[in-house]
Amino acid sequence: MPEPLAFLDAAGRVVGDLPDFARDGDTLRALYTAMVRARAFDTKAIALQRTGRLGTYASSLGQEAISIGLASAMTEDDVFLPSFREHGGQLWRGVTLEELFLYWGGDERGNDFAGPRQDFPVCIPVASQFPHAAGVALALQRKGTPGVAVTVGGDGATSKGDFYEALNVIGAWMLPAVFVINNNQWAISMPRTEQTHAETLADKAIAAGVPGEQVDGNDVVAVRAAAERALARARAGEGPALIECVSYRLGDHTTADDASRYRDEAEVSPHWKAEPLIRLRNHLVVAHGWGKRDEETVLRSCDAEVDAAAEAYLAIAPEPPRAMITHLFATLPADLAALAEDLADG
Amino acid sequence: MAERTMIEAIRMALGRALADDPDVILFGEDIGIDGGVFRATDGLIQRFGSGRVRDTPLSETVIAGMAVGAGATGLKPVAEIQFMGFLYSAIDQLANHAARLRNRTRGRLTCPIVLRAPYGGGIKAPEHHSESAEAMFAHIPGLRVVIPSSPGRAYGLLLSAIRDPDPVLFLEPKRLYRAISEEVPDDGRALPIDRAIVLREGADVTLVSWGAMLTETRAAAETLGEEGISTELIDLSSLKPIDRPTIRTSVAKTGRCVIVHEAPLTAGLGAEIAADLAEHCLTGLLAPVRRVTGYDTVMPYPRIEHHYMPSTDRIAGAVRDVMAFA
Ligand SMILES: Cc1ncc(C[n+]2csc(CCOP(=O)(O)OP(=O)(O)O)c2C)c(N)n1
Ligand SMILES: [Mg+2]
Repeated sequence: MPEPLAFLDAAGRVVGDLPDFARDGDTLRALYTAMVRARAFDTKAIALQRTGRLGTYASSLGQEAISIGLASAMTEDDVFLPSFREHGGQLWRGVTLEELFLYWGGDERGNDFAGPRQDFPVCIPVASQFPHAAGVALALQRKGTPGVAVTVGGDGATSKGDFYEALNVIGAWMLPAVFVINNNQWAISMPRTEQTHAETLADKAIAAGVPGEQVDGNDVVAVRAAAERALARARAGEGPALIECVSYRLGDHTTADDASRYRDEAEVSPHWKAEPLIRLRNHLVVAHGWGKRDEETVLRSCDAEVDAAAEAYLAIAPEPPRAMITHLFATLPADLAALAEDLADG
Repeated sequence: MAERTMIEAIRMALGRALADDPDVILFGEDIGIDGGVFRATDGLIQRFGSGRVRDTPLSETVIAGMAVGAGATGLKPVAEIQFMGFLYSAIDQLANHAARLRNRTRGRLTCPIVLRAPYGGGIKAPEHHSESAEAMFAHIPGLRVVIPSSPGRAYGLLLSAIRDPDPVLFLEPKRLYRAISEEVPDDGRALPIDRAIVLREGADVTLVSWGAMLTETRAAAETLGEEGISTELIDLSSLKPIDRPTIRTSVAKTGRCVIVHEAPLTAGLGAEIAADLAEHCLTGLLAPVRRVTGYDTVMPYPRIEHHYMPSTDRIAGAVRDVMAFA
């Protein structure tokens, strides 16, 4: 089995021939800032949930490099179809912190983000986003736009028929789609080793005739490099790809979960040494003169931005009751229209 | 003008939709060169090409899920599920996504899709090929369910389903595919969606049915007419939403109602209609509302399926019962 693609090891040492984008300090600083911002959102979201001001929330702690690496390789023509753990990618693409808080706070308006308008909202039914991505890719191809459908699911999602069936059709039709697996080693309490006997999740692409690749999902440079290659191929009509990003879920499954019921601290703690922010920061320090001041500035500005977004979210009043009816159809059937009227009075 | 069967009328509507709107795309199993197992798409691949009339790999989940993705991204997919018995694996995509996308994005993304599926028994098909599971789908908020009962209504309702900006499950009574023909002009005219159709007016009893069961229901109405019982016949046509005012108005006039469906009794749509009449027409009722339906059992194999399907006699018997109610 080949080693997963990597350019920065856990300590941030360069272990491969860095792609051009990764030689540019500004690009790396932007990637780092995005990961810090996603983590700041995460921390705040958990704090709000713990104090009864947000709904059940799925943390992306330790997996920030995956969707940020992906999103940084995408263009405005592309369509992103995230699972429920890819806030970093959504933020990179222009969904606002306030909109994300609104969604996780239990308000549909959080999915009506101002941009990117074509992106899908978070997908909760595991793996059901993969067939959507095939359909998005079909539409992009037919419309002759240069876009690619990019979707992310978990390691658990690769056990579902939806994943295999959609992988099969993007291969059969050579659709411009990139399927990405966030392999965080856990599906709630089910470890990756019990999920499947397959040696890698990337291997699952073989049966569909789709190129599959395993990358170090804690190395944002590797994720972006693999995504850039896959996207370029798909854009050129050369077909789809599957990318397995190997990472680790450092937190609970969601705020409703208690991971200590099924895994020991001893299992978790070594993975803190391999998480994605430390290695990029170390590399920035060595290669691009990143200093304590830079670090403090980024931390402070992300925290301030997140705090302001949380305040703004908390100040938004819930929708009126009739909102649960009025958006169901373009034209409401008569009985629903009457119901919406009643609820407005109620 | 040429007479058309229902399958020809459906094909004509699909051809019309493809010709009218470049965003319309058809996909499903064996719908291309084979023209679909019932030939609903016969000749369309030759007219519109394999880019717009596409054979999919054998996956109902993908057919439905791909329709959601493509529908949200600017196409108008009209997808075929080969038989309703194989629609169950698509129910996740319909209930969790197609029916919700507009609502959960507050209108940002929509799902202008049609899923067509032949349903119902009476053609001696193998097991899993004869189900009438419309009530399961009618229970899903955000999804329209339409069933035509004649070639003309199949043409007009399929066009309205395709032009509708929201998801529609279009169930085709396959026993009627070739059973009747009538003149159907290819005039591109859609019929109004969300409406029941009063097929014949009468004074004593309202009969509500849909799809292929209208055949036996109409035959019962003829027999009863000879006995001096005047029946009003309603084709429900839109199973979701139910056109409640049309049924209530009719029952307010006749005071009696018999509902006929091929699907099993319990939690069938007859129950919803009966409950609606109990809530809204109680004082005008002269007799209990009766349901004549398939039994609460698995669809039998073809050798005894005709004992399962409501017969003209069972329907007429129920009507005589309500007429005799004191
Ligand atoms: C179809 C389906 N089954 C079960 C669930 C409940 N559930 C939510 S997340 C999850 C585990 C998913 O694991 P994985 O795909 O590895 O993603 P991760 O949560 O690790 O990001 C389960 C069982 C669900 N949301 N959808
Ligand atoms: Mg997982």
